[in-house]
Amino acid sequence: MITRELVIIGGGSAGIAAAIAAYNKGCRDILLIEKDPELGGILLQCIHNGFGLHRFGEELAGPAYAEKWTDMLGSTAVEVKCSTTVIHLTGDRHITYVNPEEGYVTIEAKAVILAVGCRERSRGAIATPGYRPSGVWTAGTAQKYLNIQGYMVGKKVFILGSGDIGLIMARRMTLEGARVLGVAEIMPYSNGLPRNIKQCLDDFDIPLYLSHTVTDIRGKDRLSGITISKVDENLTPIPGTELDFDVDTLLMSVGLIPDTTLFDEAHISLNRKTKGAVVDEHMMTDVPGIFACGNGLHVHDLVDFVSMEGEEAGNGAVAFLRDELKPADRLSLSPGEGVSYVLPMYICPENMEEKTEIKLRVTGVMRDVSLVLKSGDKKIAEQKKLKIQPSEMEKLIVKRDDLAGLKGELVLSVAKA
Amino acid sequence: MADTLYDVIIIGAGITGSFIAHDLSKRECNVLVIDKAADVADGATMANSAIIHAGYDPAPGTLKAMLNVRGNRMYPEVIKEIGEEYRACSAFVVAVDDGGSKILDDLALRASDRDIEYRDISGDEARRLEPNLSDDVIRALEFPTTGIVYPWNVAIALMEEAVINGVTLKLNEEVTDIEAGVFKEDANTSKAETVKTDSFYRVKTKRAEYTGRIVINAAGVYADKIYSMALGHSADFSITPRRGEYYVLDEMENPVVSRIIYPVPGPSGKGVLVVPTIHNNILVGPNSLPVDDKEAVCTTTEALSRVKAAAAGTVKNIPFDKVIRTFAGLRPSGGDGDFIIEESANLAGFINVACIDSPGLASAPAISEYVIEEVLKDKLKAPYKNDYVHRKPFIRMYMLSDEEKNEMVGKDPAFGEIVCRCTLASKGEILDAIRRPVGATTVKGVKKRVGPGLGRCQGGFCEPHVVEILADELGIDRTEVRYDSEASVILVEEKGASRI
Repeated sequence: MITRELVIIGGGSAGIAAAIAAYNKGCRDILLIEKDPELGGILLQCIHNGFGLHRFGEELAGPAYAEKWTDMLGSTAVEVKCSTTVIHLTGDRHITYVNPEEGYVTIEAKAVILAVGCRERSRGAIATPGYRPSGVWTAGTAQKYLNIQGYMVGKKVFILGSGDIGLIMARRMTLEGARVLGVAEIMPYSNGLPRNIKQCLDDFDIPLYLSHTVTDIRGKDRLSGITISKVDENLTPIPGTELDFDVDTLLMSVGLIPDTTLFDEAHISLNRKTKGAVVDEHMMTDVPGIFACGNGLHVHDLVDFVSMEGEEAGNGAVAFLRDELKPADRLSLSPGEGVSYVLPMYICPENMEEKTEIKLRVTGVMRDVSLVLKSGDKKIAEQKKLKIQPSEMEKLIVKRDDLAGLKGELVLSVAKA
Repeated sequence: MADTLYDVIIIGAGITGSFIAHDLSKRECNVLVIDKAADVADGATMANSAIIHAGYDPAPGTLKAMLNVRGNRMYPEVIKEIGEEYRACSAFVVAVDDGGSKILDDLALRASDRDIEYRDISGDEARRLEPNLSDDVIRALEFPTTGIVYPWNVAIALMEEAVINGVTLKLNEEVTDIEAGVFKEDANTSKAETVKTDSFYRVKTKRAEYTGRIVINAAGVYADKIYSMALGHSADFSITPRRGEYYVLDEMENPVVSRIIYPVPGPSGKGVLVVPTIHNNILVGPNSLPVDDKEAVCTTTEALSRVKAAAAGTVKNIPFDKVIRTFAGLRPSGGDGDFIIEESANLAGFINVACIDSPGLASAPAISEYVIEEVLKDKLKAPYKNDYVHRKPFIRMYMLSDEEKNEMVGKDPAFGEIVCRCTLASKGEILDAIRRPVGATTVKGVKKRVGPGLGRCQGGFCEPHVVEILADELGIDRTEVRYDSEASVILVEEKGASRI
């Protein structure tokens, strides 16, 4: 069996960044595997702009952002296999992939980075009641039909969920001549970025129905209509609040979930909240030598941060390959009051760089608060925030020196300022 | 078309019609199958618990009891013959109180009367074998001959063999009228006196008319309507579908149960079950709700929450966060509760195979045998063919060894092109499913045969690719590809056609 130093699974933004980072750190035997015929992942169908502001200081369309990275990758000696699907990954880092040229091949890797992206929660996953006609898709599927294949899925559209892809598709379908009758969001606040609410809904007079969800789907062949209802504080539909819409298309933008199919066979532990792997400060999972990053680890709002996390994983994998990650005491990191998840879930002060970034999401919209990291009663780090909301990932920097000598659990909470 | 005289016209290409077509195709006779749907197995056969029940449940003396027991025994052999998948996964019927335990006594009695293998075990022993069984379970009967199949694949495989062996299949053709050529003068006289061999039926659809000597009405929820068409007045049975709603849980390495878990049966049927599938998904359901509309396959929040609550009575730790789909199916229930399998008392040569609700799937091979060897005994003299040909099974890469897989890719690189990330179906498998005798012509047809769309992404990733493959292979535009029925449009137009 062939043994490779580092195999990266997934050639989207996280995987490409991981490959470049590992290469720049000196790793010279890297294989990047991508299932689609070209690199770039989901960016290729995201033809709207807004990518790269943090990373490149300019707003790029998805394919252009991807191209900048594939160009950088092109100047390295990283080996790339496209149209290649990884179908098995074991805990001892045996990888089976398949492609039309080589067939089924099993190789061994000294380190693996999973940069596998996420999938959209479907209508089935949230058990939306009603009929099951054609005409109900996830927003990303409709986006692929439109932007990659060049076809419209419908003319009268309603969107369930205010996730960013749904908002983007509201604008996109409108520009292509469809009528978007509204967007329903079950929460009392939007799940998309504020700029997308403004640019994709407000600018086109598309109403956003907060605290509403779809309670009926009609049509035995093709969708003919839907009903939305207002929900109470327990998210239960309130009878008597029904509104009917005659539409031929319902797009679902009701959440993204890391695609952890490969994680299960390798027995990598998952976090209940992120639905992705449990990782340490080097993005290493609890299976030594297997790393995870990007939307396949936890779902990001901005691709720039996906790329950065890919780089962290690339650097981490090289540190592992050089045996720099020593077995040492580590601190566990847990979400406290007002925080839904934190990442990483473990920090090893001895192995970490001078400082590390803790990423988190909060449980609700809050103003004038502080993010506070504590060990018992001791405050380790704090950052004030004017406004925080679940749709925007927050970050808190923690310094190695501040963690010295600590043991046990760190808790990150939101506190009133 | 009108020139062909069919010996038998079967209306309905569900599991019942498919079995009868398959079994008749082994004999020298000319058979036509008509279905209004776009594919074989699109009605009740597509949406049920997928169980080959052991046969202890139906009341004594019924056709259901006789044919379920016989069908269960026939299945393993039939499935092997047609190259499909069958797993004898076994089943527990569990009691949580003394009343339930008494019902188990009755079931045990029926089982021994019918020579059905069973074990009577304590709640603790049952929990040792199925650790997620509810703590309330005090006793269980295990029925090891209970099995699971993919019902639609069984029907498709049967129909493929039928077509290979000369049966004509017409899909997307809804029967609009039936003219009976010979009527009995008096319904009360015995069959022997009045059945004339020159009876014939004109079966009309929107597209064509067909003539047959014998009509087999296997039209599922529409069997009463079809019979009424032939009679010219209301049928003497009516079908009121009973809807069953289900959750489908994602494929798991360690499914919550490995056997089917039944509660003790009650007045409305077998109750809410927890059922493993061949690919390690779990089905939870069904409820049982009579509905007027014969196509009301919608799900409701109320029914599904009741299903969830009922399942918790027998199995704990069901991971409902792993739900990937909900669905509803309609049981073609009616008559007095038993199957109706008989020649019409009014129409010679018109055979009703109606009210085939549970255990219809489990009984199907025996129903077919009963129809051909009992009901048609004196009406159809058709000797066995000696040139019967078996189908080539679906190509399923996941069932092959690595060497065999690579041999396939070597022959055709399309087998190395993965289209479906969830089920790992390759383009080669999809092309095979399209090019077969009863080939897939729709997205749902591909999903039924090889899997894209059945998995956790529910087609989110693969559907555009499947549409592209179907369009290329069928030589049609992508806007002409359908999800299922002719009206189930996917793509409405090319981009730019109505840009503002």
